[in-house]
Amino acid sequence: MHEWALAEAVISAASGAAEKEGFREVTEVRIRVGELQQIEQDVLMFALQQIKKAKLESAEFKIEEARARMKCRACGHTWIFNKKKLDESVVEAIHFVPEVAHAYVKCPKCGSPDFEVVEGRGVWLLSVKGVK
Amino acid sequence: MVDPRTSIVNERLKGIRRIIAVSGGKGGVGKSLFASTFALILARKGFRVGLFDLDFTSPSTHTILGVQDLQPREEKGIIPPQFQGFEYMSIIYYSGDHATPLRGADVSNALIELLSIVRWGKLDYLILDMPPGIGDATLDLIRLVERIEFLIVTTPSQLAFETVKRLAGLLQTMRIRVIGVVENMKFAHSDTIQRETKTLGLAFIGEIPFDTGIEETIGKTDKLLDTAFAEKVKQLALKI
Repeated sequence: MHEWALAEAVISAASGAAEKEGFREVTEVRIRVGELQQIEQDVLMFALQQIKKAKLESAEFKIEEARARMKCRACGHTWIFNKKKLDESVVEAIHFVPEVAHAYVKCPKCGSPDFEVVEGRGVWLLSVKGVK
Repeated sequence: MVDPRTSIVNERLKGIRRIIAVSGGKGGVGKSLFASTFALILARKGFRVGLFDLDFTSPSTHTILGVQDLQPREEKGIIPPQFQGFEYMSIIYYSGDHATPLRGADVSNALIELLSIVRWGKLDYLILDMPPGIGDATLDLIRLVERIEFLIVTTPSQLAFETVKRLAGLLQTMRIRVIGVVENMKFAHSDTIQRETKTLGLAFIGEIPFDTGIEETIGKTDKLLDTAFAEKVKQLALKI
């Protein structure tokens, strides 16, 4: 339930945003989760529902997923992360700390581990809507 | 888009009385050895301690301590495993023995990820073994960890101390507490580092003589604690 820790971070950040905007009540929270981290969306949603409190009590959470897109810094090749090519233990390690992908994933064209995760790394708070 | 992780970092660390980053700028001055021995000594004294290896590209505390076959537990986050009476966290649980080439932004991301998902227990001390350099890890800790304190380790070398001056200047400018300076690997009588430390307005915690037998203790904590090095760290711990 590592998703629980991320859900707590989302709730904390959304509460902060609501406070900043002066919302009396939050109606919608949009979240983007990157494919690289292999977040289980139903677990994340369950955690969000369990943790939500105060101004977020009746908020609707919308989760979208971003494909994990890598770009090699050595040859410029871009590719989509494919977990099927990796051992389960490696996928799990990347789930906890996505940056360890650099220990296991190489550019499929030139073999360099020096790549950039252009999109689809972690969890992002996209927007918080509410009523003032 | 907002990164939600940074908003939870201080919540994760709220049960910790003191958070000490063992830093120094230069590599090879003995930061990891000091941090590991310091954690061992504090734990043996009965304090509740955590040790977090933040040198993600070249972690070494697990080698110094002989950590093997440990894994964190997953429970609403990551619970660091116990080792020799303290909580121990390192990226090696995930990267193993593989080379992990990380650029600055990746170091920053890995650090924020772990700070936001690791659930430390109620601790008296969290010791952070810092990577060399004044880079992303240092700047992120200053930015994100409200009660961070720095302990600077250096050697009698003027080259190492040049980096200490830069680090101390940065920390002072940013109003970050510096506990003081430890002079490690002392091999000849000289009070140059002590004098220069005081000139910087910092406390000189003390010196640790060069211990020729230390290499033999790598991976063996009982032997490490038997060294003159550890005896000296024990004395200096009283001033920290």
